[in-house]
Amino acid sequence: MEKNDSSNDKLKKKLQQWKKESYQTSLDQSQNKNVPFTTVSGKMIKELYTPLDLENFQYSEELGFPGEYPFTRGIHPTMYHGRLWTMRQFSGFGTAEQTNRRYKYLLDHGTTGLSVAFHLPTLMGINSDHPLAEGEIGKCGVAIDSLADMEVLFDGIPLNKISTSMTINPPAAILWAMYIAVAEKQGVSSDLISGTIQNDMLKEYIAQKTFIFPPEPSMKLIVDTFEFGTNFVPRWNTISISGYHIREAGSTAVQELAFTLRDGIEYVDWALKRGLEIDEFAPRLSFFFNAHNDFFEEIAKFRVARRIWARTMKERFGAKNPRSWLLRFHTQTSGVSLMAQQPYNNVIRVALQALSAVLGGTQSLHTNSLDETYALPSEDAVTIALRTQQIIAHESGVTNCIDPLGGSYFVEKLTRNMEEEAMDYIRKIDDMGGMVKAIELGFPQKEISDSAYWYQKAVENKEKIIVGVNAFQKEHEPISLLEIDESVARHHLARLKEVRRTRNSSKVSQDLSDLKKAAQDEVNLMPYILKCVKSYATLGEIIETLKEVFGCYEEPIDF
Amino acid sequence: MAGNKIRVLVAKPGLDGHDRGAKVISRALRDAGFEVIYTGLRRTPEEIVNAAIQEDVDVIGLSILSGAHNVLFPKIMKLLQEQGIDDIQVIAGGIIPENDVVDLKKIGIAEVFLPGSSTQDIIRWIQENAAAEKTKG
Repeated sequence: MEKNDSSNDKLKKKLQQWKKESYQTSLDQSQNKNVPFTTVSGKMIKELYTPLDLENFQYSEELGFPGEYPFTRGIHPTMYHGRLWTMRQFSGFGTAEQTNRRYKYLLDHGTTGLSVAFHLPTLMGINSDHPLAEGEIGKCGVAIDSLADMEVLFDGIPLNKISTSMTINPPAAILWAMYIAVAEKQGVSSDLISGTIQNDMLKEYIAQKTFIFPPEPSMKLIVDTFEFGTNFVPRWNTISISGYHIREAGSTAVQELAFTLRDGIEYVDWALKRGLEIDEFAPRLSFFFNAHNDFFEEIAKFRVARRIWARTMKERFGAKNPRSWLLRFHTQTSGVSLMAQQPYNNVIRVALQALSAVLGGTQSLHTNSLDETYALPSEDAVTIALRTQQIIAHESGVTNCIDPLGGSYFVEKLTRNMEEEAMDYIRKIDDMGGMVKAIELGFPQKEISDSAYWYQKAVENKEKIIVGVNAFQKEHEPISLLEIDESVARHHLARLKEVRRTRNSSKVSQDLSDLKKAAQDEVNLMPYILKCVKSYATLGEIIETLKEVFGCYEEPIDF
Repeated sequence: MAGNKIRVLVAKPGLDGHDRGAKVISRALRDAGFEVIYTGLRRTPEEIVNAAIQEDVDVIGLSILSGAHNVLFPKIMKLLQEQGIDDIQVIAGGIIPENDVVDLKKIGIAEVFLPGSSTQDIIRWIQENAAAEKTKG
C-alpha cells in the first residue's frame, strides 16, 4: 500500500475537505451531541480511517501470513478452516458429582474441552472443614479437597480424549498432580494428557487476589511446573498467562495487554534464570484474555498480542523454535460487563464479545451465561451461551476466511496504536526492575484502580451508557437461578471425613514431611506433591506444609 | 465518633478476593469527604468488628460476592451486639440475591446496595442516615 507523496497529499486535502464540508456540516445539523467518541477504555476514535493512517505499511513485516512470523493474522496457516476454536465453558459448582453431571451435559451438547471452576476454599488452599470455609462450600465452584473428590469429578470422562483447563493458582501444582493421578488410574500416562493450569501468580497480586505465598516462592513453584511439564507432561500448557482478571479489576484494554505480556516476560526471565532451555518450555506457555465491550478495540488487542509476543520471543529472548514465538490464547467474555438489570440483554453482550474473540483469532473460548450477575450458570443459561459460539461458528460466515478484518484502515491503525502504548508500559516496567518489583511498588495495581475509578465516574456521569442501568431502564421479571443448598456441604464434608478415616495416616505424615524437606532444599516439588496427593493428603495439609517453608503474603492496603 | 467527618469502615468478609467495588467505593467515599478505612481482603467477622471499634467508625460497609453472606453477616451482627454496639450503621453490597435482602434487614443490615447502585446512592444514604445517628448520640 505504498503511495507516493503527491497522491498522499491529494488524499489529505480531500479528507480535510470532506471532514469540514460534509462530516462537520452534517454533524452540526444532527441531534447528536458532539461527544468525543471513545472506546470503553477511553481511547479517542476518529470519525474515519483512511490509507493515510497506515503510513509506511509493509504487509509482510506488519502482518505476514497466518501461521508465519509475526503471526498478526493468526498462529496457524489454516486457523478455523483446519479446526474451530475449542468451545470450553468454565464450569463447576456444588459437589464433584454435580459438576461431573454438568461436564457430561456440556460434552453431550457440543463443548470440545473442559474447564474447571473450583470453589473459594480450594482456590485459597483451605479444606472444606476449616472454619474459614463455612458458608463458602460449593458456592463459587466445585469443592475439591483431595484426590477422592477429583476422581468423582472426572468419573466416566476419558482423560486421553478430552483436554481440561483448571483455573487454579497458588495450589495449581497440587490440582495438576491430582489430575495426573486420576489419569493414571484410568490407565492414561502423563505424556498423553492434555490441558492447562492457570498457575499465573503475578496477576493474582495484581488483580485476582487469590494469593497465599509471597512472590519469590510462588515463582519458584511455577518454574517447577515448567520443568516438570517439559519432561513428563509434554502436551500440557503449564501456565495460562492472564489478562482477563486484570481487565475485570478495571484496567483498560492497553493495560490488560501490556501487563499480561510483561507478566509473560517475567516468567520467561525466571525460567531462564533457573537454567531451563527457552525452546523447551516456551511452546507450552499459553495466554488468557478478556473479550470486553469495545468490539474493534478487542480485535486489535488480540492481533497485536500475537505480534508483540512473537517479536519479544524472537528478538528479546532469541528463541529459535518457531513454536516458542506463538501466542496461543483462550478468551472469556467479560463478566463485569454483564448487568443484573434486564438479564436477557446479557445474551447479546456475550454474542458481540464472543464475535470479537473469533475475529481476533482465539484458540479457545468461554461465553458467559446470562444469569451470572446473580449466580453460577443454570443449565438453560449455559446452553444459550454454548449455542452462541455454535451460531457464530456455523451460521455467521465469519470463519469463511482467515483474519477477515486484516487490512481495515481502522483495525490496523488501532493495532499499531495499541502496540506502541503497550510497549511503552513494558519498557516502563523493565525500567522499574521487572514485574515482581513493579508489583512491590504497587504500580500495576494503582493503574488498575485509577482506570476502575475513572470508568465508574464515566458511567455515573452518563458519558458511558449501559443499557438497562443508566439508560433504557425497566422492571424485569425475576429469572430462575441455580441454588447451592446446604446438602452440598453435608455431602461433601462426609466424603472428606471418610477420606481422613480410611487413608494411611502415617504415610500421609511421611509424605508431607518429605515435601517440607524438599521445599527447604529448593528441589523441584512436583514429584513430592504427586506422592502426597496419591496418599490422599488433603489440599489444606499440603498447603499448610508449604506455608511453613514459604510464608504468607500480606497485601499492602490501598485504594 | 471523633471529629467532624463521618467515619466508614469498608470491609471484605469471607474468602472472596473481588475488591474492585470495595476500592472504588472507598475512593468515592473519601472524595465525598468521609474518613475511610479499608480492611483489605479476607477478614474474619472478629477482625471486622474489632477494626470498627478501634477505628471508632459510624458506618460499616460489607462487600461480598462469594455467597457466604448468610453465614458471615449474622456473625458480624451478633459480635456487634455482644460488644454492646448499637450506633454503627451496617450496610452491604456485592452479589447478594434480592431474595436475601429481607432476611438481612431483619438481622440489622440497614441497607443492601445491589449491582447497578451508584456511588452517589451510597454517599447520599450515609449522609442522610449516619449523620442522623451522630446527632442523636
